[in-house]
Amino acid sequence: MKKLSDSKWIFILPSVFIIGLFLLPLLAVFLRSINPDFFYYAFSQKALSALKLSIVTSTVTTICTIILGTPLAYILASWNLKFKSWVELLIDLPIVLPPSVAGLALLITFGRRGLLGSTLSILGISLPFTTAAVVIAQMFVAAPLYIRSARIGFKGVDKQLEEAANVEGANRWQLFREVLLPLTSRALLNGAILTWTRALGEFGATILFAGNLEGVTQTMPMAIYLGFETDRGVALALSVVLIVVSTILLGITRKIEKDNEHS
Amino acid sequence: MKRFSALISLLAFFLAGCNPAPPAPATVSDTETTATASAVPSTSASETRTLTVFAAASLTNAFTEIGERFQIDNPGVFITFSFAGSQALRTQIEEGAPADVFAPANNTEMNALVDTNLIARDMPQMFLTNKLVVVLPADNPASITSLEGLANAGIKIILAAEEVPVGKYTREVLKKMNSQFGSDFGQKVIANVVSNEDNVRQVLTKIQLGEADAGIVYTSDAVAAPELQTLDIPLELNIVATYPIAPLAESNQIELAQAFIAYVLSKDGQATLQKWGFAPPQ
Repeated sequence: MKKLSDSKWIFILPSVFIIGLFLLPLLAVFLRSINPDFFYYAFSQKALSALKLSIVTSTVTTICTIILGTPLAYILASWNLKFKSWVELLIDLPIVLPPSVAGLALLITFGRRGLLGSTLSILGISLPFTTAAVVIAQMFVAAPLYIRSARIGFKGVDKQLEEAANVEGANRWQLFREVLLPLTSRALLNGAILTWTRALGEFGATILFAGNLEGVTQTMPMAIYLGFETDRGVALALSVVLIVVSTILLGITRKIEKDNEHS
Repeated sequence: MKRFSALISLLAFFLAGCNPAPPAPATVSDTETTATASAVPSTSASETRTLTVFAAASLTNAFTEIGERFQIDNPGVFITFSFAGSQALRTQIEEGAPADVFAPANNTEMNALVDTNLIARDMPQMFLTNKLVVVLPADNPASITSLEGLANAGIKIILAAEEVPVGKYTREVLKKMNSQFGSDFGQKVIANVVSNEDNVRQVLTKIQLGEADAGIVYTSDAVAAPELQTLDIPLELNIVATYPIAPLAESNQIELAQAFIAYVLSKDGQATLQKWGFAPPQ
């Protein structure tokens, strides 16, 4: 053991630097925002309406993602399809795509003159600058996290269990509901929380596609961005709220993962 | 341990590779031919210097062109622009962003930096004026033919957010319009707003994309988008936005910064600004 210890700094020093990179900026936000005005800013009309809109939209986003994403994740995990790896790549793409690309793409798709938007506008539906646009932008960037988690969850289920259920005469829906869902509930919950957290933080796609109007499309990240330009108190207070909420939620997902390992 | 030292020498090798090569001595003819009207006195023509200019989003086209000309006149000088809403730029400078020149769209942001001694009090100079204009998509989908049309129920308007200078001016102009078009005119227009964009270029782009029926931007922005229809706002209802420019007190390129500002104020610089729809300072 003695021999190994002389080179441990090669590992420790770089790690300290990179942890500092993550930790210091977060610390700075807390240090700057510790002042008597914090609650005044955190409970200002602007902050509260942004907070409310953020929570509502990311919850709607997560619910829509679960409804539409679970069947897709099931198909990707258990059916043999020809172009499956291409579909998986497509779904993972938004995770690495810059949100500004997403916003631009959404605007030229669902915008008034867009690919689909021009048809929608004939029907009297106009998506940009509405709360629905916020949800669409959030789904575009955040749904992949849920689908990915659910797909891995479904894949992890023992194939023999499915065969046994098949022998018992269960149809595909019964198998899914009675066997797969209970067994993968943790993976699904984990994915849902990740999607919710990512949706809460969505900014780039939203500002391009949904615009900025208090109470309609101005979510927390948007209020922080505009607050950065004028009212740094509100920006800092909202940043603290976002950091705290994100930390708690990530903590919960980690706990779920840990419990999963033990069970 | 042997492996460790090998690692160190490898690292040293890479670090050495990163060092810039010593500058080649300039030939006499080089330095002579580069001396033009706007050239900066420099010790060597091959020495590269970078000037960082923080400028209001509305200056994007004009300053990009001015920058290109300035670089041609001053070999070895590179200008990096950061175009954004004036408030964002001011905040970035206050937080220590390394800018050499600051050109916001109004005096408020300039004065804020003067008050915190980031810019010397006698430095800011007015270098242009701008006013507002209504822009409509090329096909004018809401058939707006007069300023009164902005209050028509159900149309979609995009403005700059109140937080940025152009947004502030826009609301001033709407207030002035109340006197002519009825006391609730401004309110009706605001009720039609679907988005408050964080900078004026976003307003312009979204009108170009046809995502809204009308927007209010600077005349200079309308020049940058000739395909759009415009509705002039008469002088008595309009505002005159004056743009100041100044070097940052802590710039380590103060001489170059002064030269750039002198070029902006020169005949050439002003001609470029006018080409992009700005008016000379009054």
